[in-house]
Amino acid sequence: MGEPGTKEILSLEDLEAAGNLRTGRRHILALTVENKPGVLTRITGLFARRGFNIDTLAVGPTDDPALSRITITLDGAVHPIDQVTKQLHKLINVIKIRDLEPADTLARELALFKVAADGPTRAEVMGIVDIFRAKIVDLSKRAVVIEVTGTRAKIEAFEQLVRPFGLIEMVRTGEIAVARGRSET
Amino acid sequence: MRAVDALMECLKAEGVDVVFGLPGGANLPTYDAFYDAGIRHILVRHEAGGGHAAEGYAKATGKVGVALGTSGPGATNLVTPICDAMMDSVPVVFLTGQVRTELLGTDGFQEADTIGITMPIVKHSIMIQDPREIPRAIHEAFHIARTGRPGPVVVDIPQDLSRADIPYEPVTDVRLPGYAPTTDGNQKQIRLAAKALANARRPVLYVGGGVVSAEASTELIELAEADRLPVTCTLNGLGAFPGVHAQWLGMLGMHGTRAANYAMDEADLIVAIGARFDDRITGKLTEFAPHAKFIHIDIDPAEISKNIPAHIPIVGDAKNILPRLTAEYRALGPDAGRLEEWWRRIDGWRERHPLSFADSDGPEIKPQYAIQALYEATGGEAIVTSDVGQHQMWGAQHYHFPRPRRWINSGGLGTMGFGLPAAMGAKVGCPEETVVCISGDGSIQMNMQELATCTQNGIDIKVFILNNGYLGMVRQWQELFWDRRYSAVEKGQWPDFVKLAEAHGATGLRLSDKHTLVEDMRRAIATPGPVLVDVQVTAEENVYPMIAPGSAARDMVG
Repeated sequence: MGEPGTKEILSLEDLEAAGNLRTGRRHILALTVENKPGVLTRITGLFARRGFNIDTLAVGPTDDPALSRITITLDGAVHPIDQVTKQLHKLINVIKIRDLEPADTLARELALFKVAADGPTRAEVMGIVDIFRAKIVDLSKRAVVIEVTGTRAKIEAFEQLVRPFGLIEMVRTGEIAVARGRSET
Repeated sequence: MRAVDALMECLKAEGVDVVFGLPGGANLPTYDAFYDAGIRHILVRHEAGGGHAAEGYAKATGKVGVALGTSGPGATNLVTPICDAMMDSVPVVFLTGQVRTELLGTDGFQEADTIGITMPIVKHSIMIQDPREIPRAIHEAFHIARTGRPGPVVVDIPQDLSRADIPYEPVTDVRLPGYAPTTDGNQKQIRLAAKALANARRPVLYVGGGVVSAEASTELIELAEADRLPVTCTLNGLGAFPGVHAQWLGMLGMHGTRAANYAMDEADLIVAIGARFDDRITGKLTEFAPHAKFIHIDIDPAEISKNIPAHIPIVGDAKNILPRLTAEYRALGPDAGRLEEWWRRIDGWRERHPLSFADSDGPEIKPQYAIQALYEATGGEAIVTSDVGQHQMWGAQHYHFPRPRRWINSGGLGTMGFGLPAAMGAKVGCPEETVVCISGDGSIQMNMQELATCTQNGIDIKVFILNNGYLGMVRQWQELFWDRRYSAVEKGQWPDFVKLAEAHGATGLRLSDKHTLVEDMRRAIATPGPVLVDVQVTAEENVYPMIAPGSAARDMVG
């Protein structure tokens, strides 16, 4: 910008508006919040009030009992992410927000699948489980319960493959994430 | 020490000299502490009146207002003032009683989930869970209410916790790890803004209530006068720039002046200061200020690029930023002559389209004239509160506010019933000032009961009702946009406001002659004690000019 008082030409035409842009990709927001009653309600209430859609939401304790971590994923094609984070920052109980860079982030989700697998199909299902490094955690006469951990893409791929066998039930935790490397998320 | 006695110590430490409230079962311990705490308590007739009074006090003085209510209905009656304070960024601490902790969640008598109900409309709220938390919670509440972008904070205190014994030590620090408003504007951004301004040929300063909150009126005038920059204010910004000034364009927005709205429409650079691009300002968003680049100065980062993308955002306190912007601008030595053509254009609009109305021939009082008469009768030197509707717009148009904190109204939420209690609070905060309330025959009936509070406590306010027998603004919209199908807007001539004033122990007057109006108003203002004046005005008069909803500024009508 130069020193104060220097008369550089600044053409108004060259000014570009920042903000309010849709990024077009999925975002993972890592929130550090105070571990107090009602904090989650404040956050979900804010999303509902401002018309922001949450894709997934995971809440849990951290290494510090006074703090909780909330991981939210949402679609940057639908929402202006900077408006979402700025509104979240206004909540007094929200201490820190990180909009995680996909390349520098490890994100994992856990899912449980209950799949119909009796007789001849069971071996086939177990083959898929092996390939995905998933785990069979319950086995009954007519169904298996499979635990899968991994990225969202992996879980979605697994779902596609087992669905034809008869997917009785699926539950997912929503993603949790940390930044790669030494620095704290 | 009882927790409630500690609460009194905290209020005193925060400099609280007056609170507005109404007792009930759940806050009886607090009221027992008020008995000899040495803090003035004004007993209101309805909690909403107390809440708006606290807002009026805060808006007039710049200090934090305090309102109290009991649990359940006491708290739900405060919901409207809380939301109002949120929309207009008014620093108010609301202290609500709550049922005993053992009753929480059992639908106990007068139980309501106050924290849950108010969550979307507070800057912050605190539910007390341990009596030892009370002192810290009170100081946090005041700190959050007054700093950054001001706003309402609710503290909900269960009855049993409030009477518990606690060890009390004064709290001298507030620790809020998730709260640190940015006050210093970024120097590079300020320098960039100065350069943009120095290169603008058609600039406008668009000023909102944030400049009033920041106490940055003097700094604003210095920036504007650095180079004859044209200034317009929002409804809540009125008074931040003198209402009589060569560079004053008048208010902008739906019922703003043509000069202000046309200037926004043709501007090449708009400097928004503590303003939030509300729909009543922008009209049709896609056609708002189509040629302009935007510098947006606000202490709340979430306001920047919320409705209109900013080209140069500056987050911080206007009082900190404006002098630095002025200095940078002056250092550039911009060519003053470049604005001459722009001023010729603006002067043309001012000449061709002044605020005007067809005055009556006889004694009939046009509502616009009633405001002009009030301006004359008060010499422009009153704190003016208003309710919501046509009278509010006429007040904003025809009373010229010389300084900030002289115009107190409900801008964002548009709360009918705000004006009288707000006047009460303003008068309590500024006892030496003349405080008048401009109201309508609809609005006044929404919190009329507080007139008794004024009489009982010697709160000397003068209320002028522009009585047209209608919910005037709704009637106007039905006339203009709903084919004159007047649905549920006619109120007739009831109640008799003069008798009602007398029933409340106040003076009631009825005025209907234009020729003596200024004199009659002077007499009303000089009458000791609260005075309620029923000003009979033209029944079907419209507020003009107007940007019809969903239209662009250049298509103003009337």
